[in-house]
Amino acid sequence: MKIFVAVKRVVDANVKVRVKSDGTGMELANAKMAMNPFCEIAVEQAVRMKEAGQADEIVAVSIGPQVCQEQLRTALALGCDRGILVIDESDVAPLQVARILKALAEREAPDLIILGKQSIDSDNNQVGQMLAAIAGMGQGTFACKAELAPDCTNGGTKGRIVVTREIDGGEQTVSLKLPAVVTTDLRLNEPRYASLPNIMKAKRKPIDRLTPTDLGVDTASGLKTLQVLPPAEREAGIIVETVDDLVGKLKSEARVI
Amino acid sequence: MSILVIAEHDNASLKAASLNAITAASEIAGYLDQAEVHVLVAGHQCAAVADAAAGISGISRVLLADAACFEHQLPESVAPLARDLAGSYSHVLTPATTTGKNLMPRVAALLDVAQISDISAVESADTFVRPIYAGNALATVQSADPVKVITVRITAFDAGGDGGTGEIENCEIVVDQDLSIFVDENLSVSERPELTSAKVVISGGRGMQNGENFVLLEKIADKLNAAIGASRAAVDAGFVPNDMQVGQTGKIVAPELYIAVGISGAIQHLAGMKDSKVIVAINKDAEAPIFQVADYGLVADLFKALPELEQAL
Ligand SMILES: Cc1cc2nc3c(=O)[nH]c(=O)nc-3n(C[C@H](O)[C@H](O)[C@H](O)COP(=O)(O)OP(=O)(O)OC[C@H]3O[C@@H](n4cnc5c(N)ncnc54)[C@H](O)[C@@H]3O)c2cc1C
Ligand SMILES: Nc1ncnc2c1ncn2[C@@H]1O[C@H](COP(=O)(O)O)[C@@H](O)[C@H]1O
Repeated sequence: MKIFVAVKRVVDANVKVRVKSDGTGMELANAKMAMNPFCEIAVEQAVRMKEAGQADEIVAVSIGPQVCQEQLRTALALGCDRGILVIDESDVAPLQVARILKALAEREAPDLIILGKQSIDSDNNQVGQMLAAIAGMGQGTFACKAELAPDCTNGGTKGRIVVTREIDGGEQTVSLKLPAVVTTDLRLNEPRYASLPNIMKAKRKPIDRLTPTDLGVDTASGLKTLQVLPPAEREAGIIVETVDDLVGKLKSEARVI
Repeated sequence: MSILVIAEHDNASLKAASLNAITAASEIAGYLDQAEVHVLVAGHQCAAVADAAAGISGISRVLLADAACFEHQLPESVAPLARDLAGSYSHVLTPATTTGKNLMPRVAALLDVAQISDISAVESADTFVRPIYAGNALATVQSADPVKVITVRITAFDAGGDGGTGEIENCEIVVDQDLSIFVDENLSVSERPELTSAKVVISGGRGMQNGENFVLLEKIADKLNAAIGASRAAVDAGFVPNDMQVGQTGKIVAPELYIAVGISGAIQHLAGMKDSKVIVAINKDAEAPIFQVADYGLVADLFKALPELEQAL
């Protein structure tokens, strides 16, 4: 079985980013960048499946500027076998990312495509669902558990994947026909760190470079960002000395209880 | 052109989140000429939901797609239905719940348009505001797509009221798919108000130390009729179930009163609660970042403060 994982380069989750004063975007010039945390979980899932003998090849894909190869190298150090970098300097929107992934999936025919549920920069939570839609696959989003299972409906030629999903009211389990799309939630696994020998080995693993045009994908989006502003600041509060003080203030000043 | 709101429901009742999405739809309709707001109820044996939706103020029509194929509202079934109906609409909206987030990108992709996630304000019929970077920024986005497919941040819009007299129209479309099969669902049952619509929320973090200690929060929640939430750390540690997580990647809440107990105030947590009207923080570390957003901070050991608070209420 072949697995695709989509990894996005984003600002590190621990960095507090600010809006640019001209309102055109975020101040990212010297910010520390990293693999999107949900993509780390996606990579880990794929690597564990390979270690369990369920997969024989893992291909990591990233779309963005040249520097995204850093995140691909990380994915390779974590256990992916090769990388594909689709180079585009613009900020490619979710539908266009999905189209690129679909075009690659048509070339390579993976049995499973694992993505993060959400990019922590754009907070979109879209690509996996969109990819599943246009590739005609089932989707197991917000996965906290994903296990391969035999398929009794088609003579066992292709398997299924049973995905437990974190939903607002609790959990839901669905069984998907392969090939399928899975997006990861926080509790699917705890990603490992890359070891130094594996980081060295990753340098020799191949990364293919393509452009969206090579794949026949136009990256223009119907959605345009007009401006980016900081949210309203909350007014500074006060420190109360005792619980009685607190309850008094909530009753008489804030009037919320 | 009219606006379609896809109802969130469990075949028995209309979920409160739908009412907030309807308000957003009505705001958009205000920028259009004679736009009506319609509701799609896709499910199985869900006529009661359609009746409820028809009674919401401003709803002129409810499309009822009542068929076995929609019983579990899997996106593989509902998205093709929504795509087929979307041709008559300028906007399709649903709340940004896990159900909506699962469905709407699939609908948008089938329609070959962008999807606009989690809008917190309507600027005009094609321009919306949405939080990005864990709420550290608000992006104003404009859509040139023929259909605008949108999920709505429910805490940013009031709930629509009743008084509507919409007509119910049966929709005969069925969708046959073999991509996904529903296996089962494990839903938590609680007598408490729902986290995302409660007037008071009390949340516990890693400082609670274990799941048993959440009893201390429950006692207070009983007195305040509050919902109980948690930080990611508390969920990851297994103190409480994942559906209690408040934050960037959990639930967004904006109650009248939010009480954070033993929570440090990481940006990912703040992203889920900083639009609350009044924030109280109880933490033993005076330097915890949660105090920067708190209206009332109490620097104290929670194991001492919580029983006192329960007494004082
Ligand atoms: C991709 C990603 C997504 C994330 N999504 C979310 C999310 O949606 N929601 C979320 O909450 N987090 C999220 N996080 C995690 C977030 O970064 C923090 O790690 C988490 O919020 C910390 O939880 P906490 O405040 O309970 O724990 P800690 O940061 O460990 O804080 C515990 C606090 O309890 C206090 N305390 C300890 N004992 C006591 C006592 N006896 N009395 C009083 N106070 C005490 C301590 O002083 C401390 O401030 C995410 C992180 C990532 C990378
Ligand atoms: N530019 C990109 N390159 C590779 N993968 C991406 C890219 N953008 C999004 N993804 C994948 O899609 C997931 C969800 O992203 P989003 O829909 O943007 O929130 C991410 O966790 C990645 O797995």
